[in-house]
Amino acid sequence: MDLGGINPAILIASLMVASTPILLAALGELVVEKSGVLNLGVEGMMITGAICGFAAAVETGSPALGFAAAAVGGAAMALVFGVLTQILLSNQVATGLALTLFGLGLSALIGQGYGGVRPPGTGKLDLGPLGDLPVLGRILFSHDPMVYLSLALVAAVWAFLRYTRAGLVLRAVGESHDAAHALGYRVIAIRLAAIAFGGACAGLGGAYLSLIRVPQWTEGMTAGAGWIALAIVVFAQWRAWGVLLGAYLFGGVTVLQLNLQAAGAAIPVELLSASPYLVTILVLVIMSSDRRRAALGAPASLGRSFHASA
Amino acid sequence: MLLDLRGLTKAYPGVVANDDVSFSVGAGRIHALLGENGAGKSTLVKMIYGLVRPDAGAMQFDGADYAPASPHEARRRGVAMVFQHFSLFEALDVAENVALGMEDPPKPRQLARRIREVSEAYGLPLDPARRVGTLSAGERQRVEIIRCLLQDPKLLIMDEPTSVLTPQEVDILFRTLRQLAAEGTAILYISHKLEEIRTLCDGATILRLGKVVADCTPSERSARELAELMVGETLQVPQRQPREGGAVALELRNLSLTPRSPFGTALKEISLTLKEGEILGIGGVAGNGQDELLAALSGEAPTSPAAVQLKGAPVGQLGPDARRRRGLLTAPEERLGHAAAPDMSLTENALLTAMVRERLERRGFLRWGAAKGFAEQVIDRFDVRTPGPGVAARALSGGNLQKFVIGREILQRPEVLVVNQPTWGVDASAAAAIRQALLDLADNGTAVICISQDLDELLEISDRFAALNEGRLSAPRLAQGLTVDEIGLMMGGAHDMEAVHDAGAIHAG
Repeated sequence: MDLGGINPAILIASLMVASTPILLAALGELVVEKSGVLNLGVEGMMITGAICGFAAAVETGSPALGFAAAAVGGAAMALVFGVLTQILLSNQVATGLALTLFGLGLSALIGQGYGGVRPPGTGKLDLGPLGDLPVLGRILFSHDPMVYLSLALVAAVWAFLRYTRAGLVLRAVGESHDAAHALGYRVIAIRLAAIAFGGACAGLGGAYLSLIRVPQWTEGMTAGAGWIALAIVVFAQWRAWGVLLGAYLFGGVTVLQLNLQAAGAAIPVELLSASPYLVTILVLVIMSSDRRRAALGAPASLGRSFHASA
Repeated sequence: MLLDLRGLTKAYPGVVANDDVSFSVGAGRIHALLGENGAGKSTLVKMIYGLVRPDAGAMQFDGADYAPASPHEARRRGVAMVFQHFSLFEALDVAENVALGMEDPPKPRQLARRIREVSEAYGLPLDPARRVGTLSAGERQRVEIIRCLLQDPKLLIMDEPTSVLTPQEVDILFRTLRQLAAEGTAILYISHKLEEIRTLCDGATILRLGKVVADCTPSERSARELAELMVGETLQVPQRQPREGGAVALELRNLSLTPRSPFGTALKEISLTLKEGEILGIGGVAGNGQDELLAALSGEAPTSPAAVQLKGAPVGQLGPDARRRRGLLTAPEERLGHAAAPDMSLTENALLTAMVRERLERRGFLRWGAAKGFAEQVIDRFDVRTPGPGVAARALSGGNLQKFVIGREILQRPEVLVVNQPTWGVDASAAAAIRQALLDLADNGTAVICISQDLDELLEISDRFAALNEGRLSAPRLAQGLTVDEIGLMMGGAHDMEAVHDAGAIHAG
């Protein structure tokens, strides 16, 4: 089954791979923003994760250890942001931007000597006969473990925010930190935990790029994926399943335009390359056109500094 | 004694919030804590609730030493608190809000059932699935009270609980509190509404500037005596003279407005006429359209031109500056952030609204000298206590900043002045000064609309009275001779819960 030289089964399978880095990063940022913190440093944490994961995998030969190192690296970067904004009360927007610049520089430094190196391969998860199913097997059951982990994480974050007490407390802190403090919840500790989780997720997303999607190390290889992840959180109106939808939509347009380029469609290449970003902007504008609805989804304390008053 | 405080002291840099405070509350007693803003009431209850640690002194609770390190510990010992500024989360539902205030909440389904049971037993019906952002102020307070009651507290602290309730809701609250006291719960009741304290409380401790100045039985003292104990000086009661209304200054015709915030209230076909020299008081529980009405009058939310008419000319489509030029001035409720920019100096804040009418700019350039002069004039005329006009608005106490904000509008000689909550959180003497200034302004022919939740204030200064209820304005009535019950009905009563309460009381008794 071909549509103008594009096989839909392969298209869907590759969009899942293309979307996974943004999905992981956006999911982490969702949790951070639900706790009322705006961390604009996703890009910096992703690229740090990408090089930490790449270096660890190359040195140890184990992709699993690579991903673990990426999560630790991303979380460490995030905690720099956390200490600066939560304890030293620096401005969240400026600190987040600085974190992105810092991450890009730091990763280039660590990455010296890793250019052109091939990382150890990550095998596909063998799902036995399921992988041999026609069409479905190709789409759903022939991926690497990280794709399934990212989907499981979507469900876990959704259930955590909706059904657990810890998730309720996290949402409460993001909604009104003053009220949460008055009830005796430790606003800063909860936010630091959320920030670290967000960093770990962004790190995993970055490592997915350098270890599986590309797979090799290039300076600045995240190429704006962190910013797209931030936009997707808004697009999703701070809902876990919405993040999945947004990430796959963006990934889908990316893969489609690549396929259209390869198939030689009569559309200028520049326009095709720009299309995922244009679609993102368009969807964001449509989503925020109803301002009252948009305001309802956003955590009310988002981006506001908390200082326990006397 | 259930709660016994001995020599509690807490100092912050530059101010002693509590200085050697001692008193005690017995089980089943309703004890009032009285004092002006800044007298140290809030700091004191925060110490009892474990939010603040005392520098010196000791507490005993239920026969044992008591020094809670956190609200969790206080709740485990049996202390519950209803906060002045609600500690609620608007985007969460009632059951989630209740669960957040409990130490180990039951499963969601059981919790929802318990909320229904307890709320009906005390005549405070609540739907556990409702989003708190959609509840009225009275209903929100019920959420807080239910949250406390579910934990069977031995001591219930209530910080200014009635400031946002209709008179009928206050009655229901008092019945609930008396029922609780009869069951053996001690209640520490903080308020500056003296008549309420005289009818409700068994004992009272009065604080001034962090020190205990008197312990008394409130029913044996007059409200005036209590007030003078709180303030430490004799009170001036505003003087009003009977007035004849002049020509029509402001007219609203079927003013409707969709709110901009998700939890705002829509205004529905508001019509009124206001004459020169008249004060119209608009009462109503917070969140019934007060902010939206002010926005529609100030020009922040433009409407159709004919909906707002100033001296017969349509101004509904004009923005704030154009309306100021024509003499329609407003002073919103929120002092810091709406009426004044917190980090700008008083001179700059004076510029922000007085630029047009006081000609504080020339061809786009600011006349700093004139602006400073105007700010000094406001400070001088309205007795704003501050080192000078260069001080940031944030540094002023609530009462002083409120005097500045209102004075700034009054000195611009408005044709029509609209104020929202002019004396909210302001101490008694400053409040009296502000009310007197509004009365003087009306005597000079300005038409005034005063939106407030303080009914005593409205009855003291208004010629006519109307109430906002869910975005609708009742027909204005002459204020003289209006009773509190009639006003309560104009404000929408207690949302038809009287019957439920009676049934619930029988059931519980």
